[in-house]
Amino acid sequence: MSTKKNWPLWEVFIRSKAGLAHRHAGSLHAADAEMALEMARDVYTRRNEGVSIWVVESNHITASDPEDKEALFEPSGDKIYRHPTFYDLPDEVKHM
Amino acid sequence: MAEKDLEKIFQQKVDDEIKIEPKDWMPEDYRKTLIRQISQHAHSEVVGMLPEANWITRAPSLQRKLILLAKIQDEAGHGLYLYSATETLGVERDDTIEDLHSGKAKYSSIFNYPTLTWADIGAIGWLVDGAAIMNQVPLCRCSYGPYSRAMIRVCKEESFHQRQGYSIMLAMANGTPEQKRMAQDAINRWWWPALMMFGPNDADSAHSAQSMKWKIKRFSNDELRQRFVDMTVPQCHLLGCEVPDADLKFNEDTGHWEFGEINWDEFWNVVKGNGRCNRERIRDRRNAYKEGEWVREAAMAYAEKKRKRKEATQAA
Repeated sequence: MSTKKNWPLWEVFIRSKAGLAHRHAGSLHAADAEMALEMARDVYTRRNEGVSIWVVESNHITASDPEDKEALFEPSGDKIYRHPTFYDLPDEVKHM
Repeated sequence: MAEKDLEKIFQQKVDDEIKIEPKDWMPEDYRKTLIRQISQHAHSEVVGMLPEANWITRAPSLQRKLILLAKIQDEAGHGLYLYSATETLGVERDDTIEDLHSGKAKYSSIFNYPTLTWADIGAIGWLVDGAAIMNQVPLCRCSYGPYSRAMIRVCKEESFHQRQGYSIMLAMANGTPEQKRMAQDAINRWWWPALMMFGPNDADSAHSAQSMKWKIKRFSNDELRQRFVDMTVPQCHLLGCEVPDADLKFNEDTGHWEFGEINWDEFWNVVKGNGRCNRERIRDRRNAYKEGEWVREAAMAYAEKKRKRKEATQAA
């Protein structure tokens, strides 16, 4: 591993058009947030991919552990009553 | 969980076409294979800018120059997507770049050939980017998520590269006799190296079987090469040019173009560092990195200064 102080890593999120959420586009290295924004523009929006960019330093992101996947997400699997299709209604009820 | 069980779960996921993501458990060799392949792919994008850069100041019109600049900027972008994908596997960018500079890591041998005339820029876009697309499209379905996502972006952008190349070839092939001669000469020099881009014949390909099992690779070298030849030969004829292969012939029964033996001695010679431009390319990359060092340091110092100033204002 190199000993020099390198530009930190940033994650880039792009809103492709008004009305849509920002979506992860990729990452890049930059000295600070301002530079990260400028570079994100060059690296990830060369073909009108976006109208807005967010950058956040990668080490500020807290991620769930893949090992916890079952504990976190399986409990919702058997709660099918949370979906509208669980309920049988008479045909007379046309739209609900 | 025992390593053997983890490996079984991993392979099951791969078989079920579930993508592997950076923090998921993966076999050490899978990680190593990906680091090697993705970083070498990144190096190829970056070194690939050099032969084309040779023609930026010599482009025949302002429009062609703008197009070439845009294409080269794309290659830099592709290199960056791929370096980022490599970093998700737990290696530092600087270390991968150091491996390129020391000669430990390879890049595609095609970039060790010189660009002698403007027609070479056409031939590179059409043949070299064409072969690259053929290799890269299946990589969009690679089992490793970040590599697959990077390849999807790259492939979307790359098709412009091939079309601009063919457009240069069309202009040259329909130009003056001298321009037509240059077009044919470029095809003569780039055809065989382009076929070599698919790597050794299947029987001699060291990493293929395992990579197929891990779904890093989807098709064999020879399969992809054949597809490329089938697609490209008619395009060459459409230009009114000849494919420089005396053994080339269309097989009516199989529907494939059969082609001659590739000069593998040349291929290995260039891989080993003895191509026309190997030394020049690495020298240029090393210099660019070294000469950019003060910029990287200054940017870091400036960012630090700005941060301190901001903190001071906030404290006051």
